[in-house]
Amino acid sequence: MFNTLSDRLTATFKNLRGKGRLSEADVDATIREIRRALLDADVALPVVRAFTGRIRERALSEEVSGALNPGQQVVKVVNDELVGILGGETRRLSLAKRPPTVIMLAGLQGAGKTTLAGKLAYWLKSEGHRPMLVAADLQRPNAVNQLQIVGERAGAFVYAPEPGNGVGDPVQVATDSIEVAKTKLHDIVIVDTAGRLGIDEELMQQAADIRTAVNPDEVLFVIDAMIGQDAVKTAEAFLEGVDFTGVVLSKLDGDSRGGAALSVAEVTGKPIMFASTGESMKEFEQFHPDRMADRILDMGDILTLIEQAEKNFDEKETEKLKKKVEAGEDFDLNDFLTQMAGLKKMGSMKKMLGMMPGMSQYKDQLENFDEREVDRVEAIVRSMTPAERTNPKILNGSRRARIAKGAGTTVTAVNQLMERFTQAQKMMRGMTRGGGMPGMGGGGMPGMGGMPGMGGMPGGGANRKKKAVSKKKGRKGGQSGNPAKRAQQAQAQADKKSGKAQDPVGSAFGGVDLGNDEDFDLNNLPKGFGGMFPGGKK
Amino acid sequence: MDQPIILLVVAAIVFILVVGLGITLRVNAKKKGLQDKQGIDADVTGELKIDDISEAVAKEKESARGSEVPTEPANRLVRLRERLAKSNSGLGRGLLNLLSRDNLDESTWEEIEDTLILADVGVDPTTELVDRLRERVKVLGTRDPEEVRALLREELISLVDPTMDRELATSHVSGEPAVMLVVGVNGAGKTTTVGKIARVLVAEDKTVLLGAADTFRAAASEQLATWGGRVGVETVRGEEGADPASVAYSAVERGKAEGTDVVLVDTAGRLQNKIGLMDELGKVKRVATRPLGEGHEIDEVLLVLDATTGQNGMQQAKVFAEAVNITGIVLTKLDGTAKGGIVVAVQRALGVPVKLIGLGEGADDLAPFTAEGFVDALLD
Repeated sequence: MFNTLSDRLTATFKNLRGKGRLSEADVDATIREIRRALLDADVALPVVRAFTGRIRERALSEEVSGALNPGQQVVKVVNDELVGILGGETRRLSLAKRPPTVIMLAGLQGAGKTTLAGKLAYWLKSEGHRPMLVAADLQRPNAVNQLQIVGERAGAFVYAPEPGNGVGDPVQVATDSIEVAKTKLHDIVIVDTAGRLGIDEELMQQAADIRTAVNPDEVLFVIDAMIGQDAVKTAEAFLEGVDFTGVVLSKLDGDSRGGAALSVAEVTGKPIMFASTGESMKEFEQFHPDRMADRILDMGDILTLIEQAEKNFDEKETEKLKKKVEAGEDFDLNDFLTQMAGLKKMGSMKKMLGMMPGMSQYKDQLENFDEREVDRVEAIVRSMTPAERTNPKILNGSRRARIAKGAGTTVTAVNQLMERFTQAQKMMRGMTRGGGMPGMGGGGMPGMGGMPGMGGMPGGGANRKKKAVSKKKGRKGGQSGNPAKRAQQAQAQADKKSGKAQDPVGSAFGGVDLGNDEDFDLNNLPKGFGGMFPGGKK
Repeated sequence: MDQPIILLVVAAIVFILVVGLGITLRVNAKKKGLQDKQGIDADVTGELKIDDISEAVAKEKESARGSEVPTEPANRLVRLRERLAKSNSGLGRGLLNLLSRDNLDESTWEEIEDTLILADVGVDPTTELVDRLRERVKVLGTRDPEEVRALLREELISLVDPTMDRELATSHVSGEPAVMLVVGVNGAGKTTTVGKIARVLVAEDKTVLLGAADTFRAAASEQLATWGGRVGVETVRGEEGADPASVAYSAVERGKAEGTDVVLVDTAGRLQNKIGLMDELGKVKRVATRPLGEGHEIDEVLLVLDATTGQNGMQQAKVFAEAVNITGIVLTKLDGTAKGGIVVAVQRALGVPVKLIGLGEGADDLAPFTAEGFVDALLD
């Protein structure tokens, strides 16, 4: 249930409301949750200890205990500290006054050095430099070969005098390369070295020798974002061995939480300069400390979601839909199909849902989510005639039966989809009015409320659904565990933050415990989220 | 206005779909709930209070009567505590606490916990292990930290389960080669592992054929061919960018035609959250099965897991298991400082045994996995 740190903290502070002050025991409970969240994200234990120590100090200070909402304040403090460590000192590559600038790469086996060498060359080339790659990994079979191909793709010259596979002296190659670069007028030299373990003294000495030989302006330590508790030992060994000047986090396109970033930054005090996010040449970017902080704390990643959405959605179609929605027309099933196509391109539905803030509370459900569910929904919509898609109201019993037959499913499934679709339409309509999301608040999204713990309800199919709705309408008082309401409030909160007027939808329920969910929602909004909306505060 | 619109559209559609999910889940939950209910009816024990203890004592007596030689009093006390520990009633537990106060100080427990967390075992499995250990310590009345460590070792070994079958299926079935598929994320050490396995098999006098189905990474097939060349094994290769499934197919087909004992197929590294690549892997497996006779599936699917991997290792194992049904794990880079504790959780969750460990870049740095050795290194 409580997967994100903010969720857990909200739970911890639930009983605190009204007390107005934090006792030491409360703080301890909070610290335990933070510790756990960090460990789950693979932050190294010594770092977790130091970190929670600092948080504890700040949490007991006036700053937090005096705040109106201590839970929220603690998360803010945690976030601040994280960003402070991760991005205390972001800087660009330092270039030599007299070229060539030498950049040396070092790291464990399989960290992604050779791939990164290519990306770095590609990026530097696009910045107007003339990079040269040096194949000083003579260890791994065909590493030289790989660098040559990578260099070719990046359009950079590769200096590879030795065939590799154990033949040749990497220190010599590195030394010679500087002269070659000078004669060939390359202004940046990137030295790719073999992967080595921190405890391999011989190889560490070799790396140190290469460092002395080429006297690099930057030594970049490449580390896998998936690395666990070993990060500290490895980073320390490399700091001692090659005294790196910056860190590159690789494989950030995976779904690891990347706590290693925090470990390395904290232990070595060296800045994380780049993030490598995929296998193609272009997937390489400057490191964003704030996004990383959110990722470590499992806060959802709206920015990435939006970026991906922009990449994959058809601009024209989206523009059309936007106009349609603004004109107050209904969102129809054709739009649904086009948007779904874009959605599919964005990859795994599970991953995307996971990126939405507040969604991690459904982690278990998501885990069991069958990706083919999307195809089934699509099959139903595709079994409709164009007329039915534009105007779903004409769907009568026999049409529904036909659609069900076409999609190889039951009429119940069709009915359920149509019911959900009506709710989505309401949501869209609500959006144009600029108010919250009335569709979701006013007893909408019936299935949502039924998700957890309603398994024992009698009856089947549509019948059950009606009960769910009526039950919902009749309910008084706040059930903060209700995901529908949470989701609705998450949305409401987003709107609120963006400065829009908000319909007091939630109050239609009566005694809804709004405040309780408020801190949860706020915490889930990553920094800069407000900026996504016009008039929002940054 | 553009971006939020996109976002909200996505949200809307996503919610619609989640609702779909909610309904299927609800039905499942209902079914499950029914089963659970029946299950609970069968063993409602939670309400026993005084009965619990008297029953425990009665059983004690009974067993004492039943056997010719009465058990030692110390043992009997242990058994009584055991029963109390198992009982769900508050009174039973309270009594247990009275009977056996554990005198180990908190710092010992913390130390144990730290050892496990530092080995990447993970917070949840660690807490669970330590809780179980605390219970056992209470039951046995142990006070000596050394003894506790021995108990921990025992618990861990039983978790890793030394009785599991860790042999590689390398004997060919009815004239067809045994097919082994090696999968994993980028940079885990797949190609190196394939090279090493080939070497071991050649040393066992088996004929081997390599299939370089990593057609994506630059020079990956050359890297594999170099490994193959060292032990005199041929490599089936495709063009760079060719369909990996076709390479796997031709490797298996050729292996069958030539009467090879084992066909080893190397695949491209892929992060488990890239759905397209995981689908591709599923296809490689399906297509590679095609030349084989009816009912002969791929014999081994080995997941290569880097020992330095943290909690993400669990996710990797889960997703790969879902996509290609892994039959074993190869834990690589154990020659470093990393302990690879994540496999404890992985094995517990998926029941897939670690079969081999990689200990370096040398050709012979591959060893069979032993539960005891692994656990000792973990606690070291």
